[in-house]
Amino acid sequence: MRILPELEPRTGDPGHWRFTTVLVALALTIIAGCIMFSLLGHAPLKALHVFFIKPVSSFNGLAELGVKATPLVLCAIGLALCFRANVWNIGAEGQLTLGALAASWFAITWYESESLMLLPVMIVAGVVGGMFWAGIPALLKTRFNANEILTSLMLVYVAQLLLAYLVHGPWKDPDGFSFPESRLFPDASAVPRILPGTRLHAGALFALASVAAAWLMLGKSLPGYRIRVTGSAPSAARYAGFSANAVVWLVLLISGGLAGLAGMLEVAGPIGQLVPTISPGYGFSAIIVAFLGRLHPVGILFAGLALALSFIGGELLQIEMGLPLAVTLVFQGMLLFFLLGSDVLLNYRLVWRKGATPAGSAHD
Amino acid sequence: MSTPDKQPLISLSGICRSYPGVLANDNVSLTINKGEIHGLIGENGAGKSTLVKIMYGSVRPDSGRIVFNGDEVSIDNPAFARRLGIAMVFQHFSLFEPMTVLENVALGLAGQSADAALAGRLVETGERYGMPVDADRTVDELSVGERQRIEILRCLLQDPELLIMDEPTSVLTPQESNALFVTLRKIAEEGRSILFISHKLDEVRALCETSTVMRGGKVVAQCDPREESAATLAKLMVGEDLAEVERPPRSASGAPIFEINDLNVPAPYPGASALQSISFAVSPGEIFGVAGVAGNGQAELLAALSGETRSARSSVTVNGESCGHEGPRARRSRGIGFVPEDRLGHGAVPDFALTENAFLTGHITEPLIRSAMIDHARTRTFAEKIRATFDVRAASVETLAGQLSGGNLQKFILGREILLNPRVLVVAHPTWGVDAGAAVLIRSRLVELAQTGAAVVVVSQDLDELLQISHRISVLTSGTLSGSMATADVTAEELGLLMMETDGGQYAHTA
Repeated sequence: MRILPELEPRTGDPGHWRFTTVLVALALTIIAGCIMFSLLGHAPLKALHVFFIKPVSSFNGLAELGVKATPLVLCAIGLALCFRANVWNIGAEGQLTLGALAASWFAITWYESESLMLLPVMIVAGVVGGMFWAGIPALLKTRFNANEILTSLMLVYVAQLLLAYLVHGPWKDPDGFSFPESRLFPDASAVPRILPGTRLHAGALFALASVAAAWLMLGKSLPGYRIRVTGSAPSAARYAGFSANAVVWLVLLISGGLAGLAGMLEVAGPIGQLVPTISPGYGFSAIIVAFLGRLHPVGILFAGLALALSFIGGELLQIEMGLPLAVTLVFQGMLLFFLLGSDVLLNYRLVWRKGATPAGSAHD
Repeated sequence: MSTPDKQPLISLSGICRSYPGVLANDNVSLTINKGEIHGLIGENGAGKSTLVKIMYGSVRPDSGRIVFNGDEVSIDNPAFARRLGIAMVFQHFSLFEPMTVLENVALGLAGQSADAALAGRLVETGERYGMPVDADRTVDELSVGERQRIEILRCLLQDPELLIMDEPTSVLTPQESNALFVTLRKIAEEGRSILFISHKLDEVRALCETSTVMRGGKVVAQCDPREESAATLAKLMVGEDLAEVERPPRSASGAPIFEINDLNVPAPYPGASALQSISFAVSPGEIFGVAGVAGNGQAELLAALSGETRSARSSVTVNGESCGHEGPRARRSRGIGFVPEDRLGHGAVPDFALTENAFLTGHITEPLIRSAMIDHARTRTFAEKIRATFDVRAASVETLAGQLSGGNLQKFILGREILLNPRVLVVAHPTWGVDAGAAVLIRSRLVELAQTGAAVVVVSQDLDELLQISHRISVLTSGTLSGSMATADVTAEELGLLMMETDGGQYAHTA
């Protein structure tokens, strides 16, 4: 007779554990990180210090944290709205790219402009570009019932190839010695810096505003209520006369718009031109941010800062200790893994049963 | 059929099982003898299902002993229960609709393939117990009654000593129920025991020799139901005398306020019923009952009435104005209220608090939105009002809907719809799975609503209920509605025949 592990659903309200598991997951990630650094032959405490502490131990470091967190939070807020409505948009990276492209067109076309209108127009263009890209999965889902996971993901690659085509071709800087880069954007298109001496720009304010707006919308407004009902009980949404298609359009357009804005802020902010890679995967990491933040706007703000730290920490590790940049992704992966793992244990308890049950019997 | 030598088959003693905040089973003891049909009755939340799940191994008791055939056992999982000889027919069937009867039966038996030998055994067992089956038909072609037979046969093929039946008649016509009872008696005569769970006291009195009554997690009585009246059993079950709801004389009739004219709706998916030329009219102050076995177009009719399915403009008329093409919101604005069949997930959002569920339909006609934001204070007041006026037993209006018992949630949903002052209220299965106390309250509130001048449409499988409260009744079979009959002029048997007759002979063989 074997002793086998089994998962048994927990009953009752998990209470504070719903939030405490996030800390547990963070702690486990750090422990696993120590093991990983040891195996790579580095002093784990030193590596952890470089990864987690050093980035935030200077004023400039903190500002950089805000720079990286801005696109993460903007994308994750939109994704959280989608996920709350059971719309699985995983193409924020593509929507971000399209927003950047749409905004860039204005900056590249009017590269000598000094107009005060240029930046606002680019912001609108970024939002509209992202909305357009997210509108495609929305159309395909509402008209043809096409799975938005596939369509939104595939459009990421289309957007990235479009970006590559443009920077290698039509939008290549004529004075750029054939480097695959666009012209430098005019000063009039630059997103203003809000902390002198750092790269922190006004985009961070957009991110904060999106957090507040999403919090208000989800908790207090009728559209937010519709999103939550549709995601939680689709039949109840139909019963109340909420159109499922309208909710799909709403969340995808908001999400696309926010991702597009994030893309615009990247190219018109820290980057200042169009280059072949405008995002280290913010749109994908935002999925982790959304779940780490428990799909709650305020949670997402903190989760965005945590993930931003992993991006900066990874870069520092590469510079100071010669570790590969993939360490960032490993950390993000471990964090998601431990988070989902502790979620399972939040909802189920592990029990050891005498293994009399033949595997795969029905009814159980 | 009473067995002279009363040997105990299974004996539970001192069973306790608690859930956070509830003692679902409090020192419960129960003995079922061999060859006995044992009734287990009690309201929803009395602890019946927990007890049964303990016997079937899907829930483990905190304490207590189970003796099966003289040996103390620990039933750790359903597979072990089945090996002991305990089989269970659930209220919700676990059949795969696109697969054949034979394949479904084979799936339920570990390590069995769907071969000719099994088909032979299946047909033979079916005939032995008066439940003929066609092994090659796919399940989606079968009526609810026939599906239940498949579940029972699947259990019988395991040669069980104890067969647990959870509310088996809730989906059957009176005739089908009677046929089921014949089958169950045959099974018992072979020395097998049956635990029959029900809240229909007349059935328990007709079928069982012994019964156990549970209330609030405890066994409150063990008796021979044949020697008790339905009233005394009900009193044991509820703990107090229940008032009977009386159908009021029809108050002012007048011109119909809610008319359905030649309503046609194609089947929404293969196997569903298409609605064919349905017409009826309901006047203010009238309760109109739609009887029929589930799966004959009830869900489709309800969706067409609520606006979740749209139809031809002229097919639905409220107060003389056509609204068949309108969706749920527009119809609600015309004063139609709805109580859907599924409470959790359709009538209410399970993981929302009652307050937020009050908002679900409340905001359409009540001023619960202020300057584009949800007015939480007013919504909360509305929810409090529902809770107070409809006796919803919940810790507070911030309790999640999913944590309420079926009866309390139904009271909440019905209360929400009634407090929105509908001129027409369409109610699906108002007391399905609801405890007796709540059922009385729900029925009397429907009667009161009609007395205030609203038109009420009740779609229900519970004939006794329809006969009790409705003024006129029609029968829905295969998507067509019979002409209406004054309730005073019909009997349950006549309606039962009507339910079967026009159903393409699907039920022809049992009677």
